[in-house]
Amino acid sequence: MATLTYRDALNQALREEMQRDSNVFLMGEEVGVYQGAYKVSRGLLEEFGPKRIVDTPIAELGFAGIGVGAAMGGLRPVIEFMTWNFAVLALDQIVNSAAKMLYMSGGQIPMPIVFRGPNGAALQLSSQHSQAWESWVSHIPGLKVVAPATPADAKGLLKSAIRDNNPVIVLEGEMLYNQKGEVPDGEHIVPIGRADIKREGSDVTLVCHSKTLSVALKAADQLAEQDVSAEVLDLRSLRPLDEAAILSVRKTNRAVVVEEGWPHAGIGAQLVDLIQRDAFDDLDAPVQRVTQADVPMPYNKLLERAAKASPEKVVAAARRVLYLD
Amino acid sequence: MTATARRPKDTAQSDLQLRMLRQMLLIRRFEEKAAEAYALGKIGGFCHLYIGQEAVGVGALAALRDDDYVICSYREHGQALIKGISANAVMAELFGKATGCSKGKGGSMHLFDATRGFMGGHGIVGGHIPLGAGLAFASKYRGTDQVTVCFFGEAAVNIGAFHETLNMASVWKLPVIFLCENNRYGMGTAFERVAAVTDIVEHACSYDMAAELVDGMNVLTVYEATRRAVERARKQSHPTLLEVRTYRYMGHSMSDPLHGVYRTKDEVEEQKARDPIAHLAGKLKDEGVIDEAALDAMDSGVHAEVEEAVKFADESPDPEPGELFTDVLVD
Repeated sequence: MATLTYRDALNQALREEMQRDSNVFLMGEEVGVYQGAYKVSRGLLEEFGPKRIVDTPIAELGFAGIGVGAAMGGLRPVIEFMTWNFAVLALDQIVNSAAKMLYMSGGQIPMPIVFRGPNGAALQLSSQHSQAWESWVSHIPGLKVVAPATPADAKGLLKSAIRDNNPVIVLEGEMLYNQKGEVPDGEHIVPIGRADIKREGSDVTLVCHSKTLSVALKAADQLAEQDVSAEVLDLRSLRPLDEAAILSVRKTNRAVVVEEGWPHAGIGAQLVDLIQRDAFDDLDAPVQRVTQADVPMPYNKLLERAAKASPEKVVAAARRVLYLD
Repeated sequence: MTATARRPKDTAQSDLQLRMLRQMLLIRRFEEKAAEAYALGKIGGFCHLYIGQEAVGVGALAALRDDDYVICSYREHGQALIKGISANAVMAELFGKATGCSKGKGGSMHLFDATRGFMGGHGIVGGHIPLGAGLAFASKYRGTDQVTVCFFGEAAVNIGAFHETLNMASVWKLPVIFLCENNRYGMGTAFERVAAVTDIVEHACSYDMAAELVDGMNVLTVYEATRRAVERARKQSHPTLLEVRTYRYMGHSMSDPLHGVYRTKDEVEEQKARDPIAHLAGKLKDEGVIDEAALDAMDSGVHAEVEEAVKFADESPDPEPGELFTDVLVD
């Protein structure tokens, strides 16, 4: 077990999977000579050469589609988007080509491809560079979607994604790349579709994923000071959802769902649907949601902070479901 | 005098041309039957016919090896048939039946046979152009000498994916042929009304790519041009843009008019006078390779094959209800 950054954990997963299978290659903007816009691919060009670490022009739609075609031709592409804000340009290929290929070919053409890159807001990048797209991609049948929050999960989920024979969306976090954590060496696989309890608790369940894990954990610390025991459930996979784990809200009878995205038709709405349908009689209060404010992200630091999900907002929501306020 | 007595010395050439004639006839008769079946409500949704453009698919595919890849837009019945999918399996797919080449889940726009390198039927204009380059990327990566031909219409040239893909295909020297079937109209819009550059072949200059302008009403011209492009792809791993000028006799799809607001009946009739099937049949008759009786026999054979396909499709079962939920993900 080594202590690695989230960035280096992803790098290790890529390196190990490329060593393991010569059909795996990485393609995207700045992945080679520049060593990655966020240095996730540092050293890979040197080890694997330009055939397998492919620098592209700024043409997300085009290289995403070339990746899909390469997967049709038997390869296992990993397509890096510099951010998911730019991946929106490639949605036609993700939605219309990758997600549907198996179905519309009557099961003939599997699509072992990974689309990955940072998702959500960093700091003061304003409206077009601060967006969380998970509800968009999770809407689509034929895709799997993962959003690791820790270095260990980042490594284990990326390895699973690369070995999966279906298209997998890997949502990383610009603010997570520097985060450190213990990562098992070598063969460390986190199965897609399994949530993880990151902190045990008995009074309220905080459901989160990706960057909102740290928000939820800070909120749990603050709640502990108020004698509230919060359980923190990290979804890790957004499609498929770990429904059994989510229904563990039965244990605390109260839930707060935290996400980076906008509230309307968000991931939280899907979770609330599941919880009200299958755990209605176990709930002691309506489920509360904490999301980004329903506005494009502002540039100003104070306004940006006000727009984002925060530990304070989660604490307030937890106190509401506990009827403490 | 019998036909065989006057056959030219190069029997391989005449055999190839006879085969191409039969293939064009098969597509023509197949599409006529598809139109009938559509009118009877046996085929639903969108159905884009290839009548008038047969020389393009037939000529181009004659230049390929069996293991080469072909990928198409939604006007792909013809290429699917020539790549070796049976008329039965294509017609059954149009009928939405379980015996169709995509198990009834794809329909007219999504014909597939991965075992024959027929990589679809794709429904978003221009969306499959990068997929074609991706198939070529895979062949080059794996060190095979397979070639990919990507068919698309002229309207796709205005889509960003076309330009992004041609650029990368040229930078990476991918063994792919971008075959633009210029039938003049994107649905009901004449190309010159919406394109600043109307000679599509000129776009290749922007991407430092070999290109050729081809008469798409002459199957032999298409064959020869594609052969040159295939050679360039297979031997040198260089891409080519072919602009093949052709004409569709029918409306954009079965739900669209043949003529009216966007083109005149006279124009359609004028183009039909250049019919690629009549042209090749006439040439082969002049050369004594085929006579009227042999041509009739060929047409009858094709008719029978298509009739059989309709019967097969009609009698085939619908997919099982449980098929709704299969093939979404691989287990």
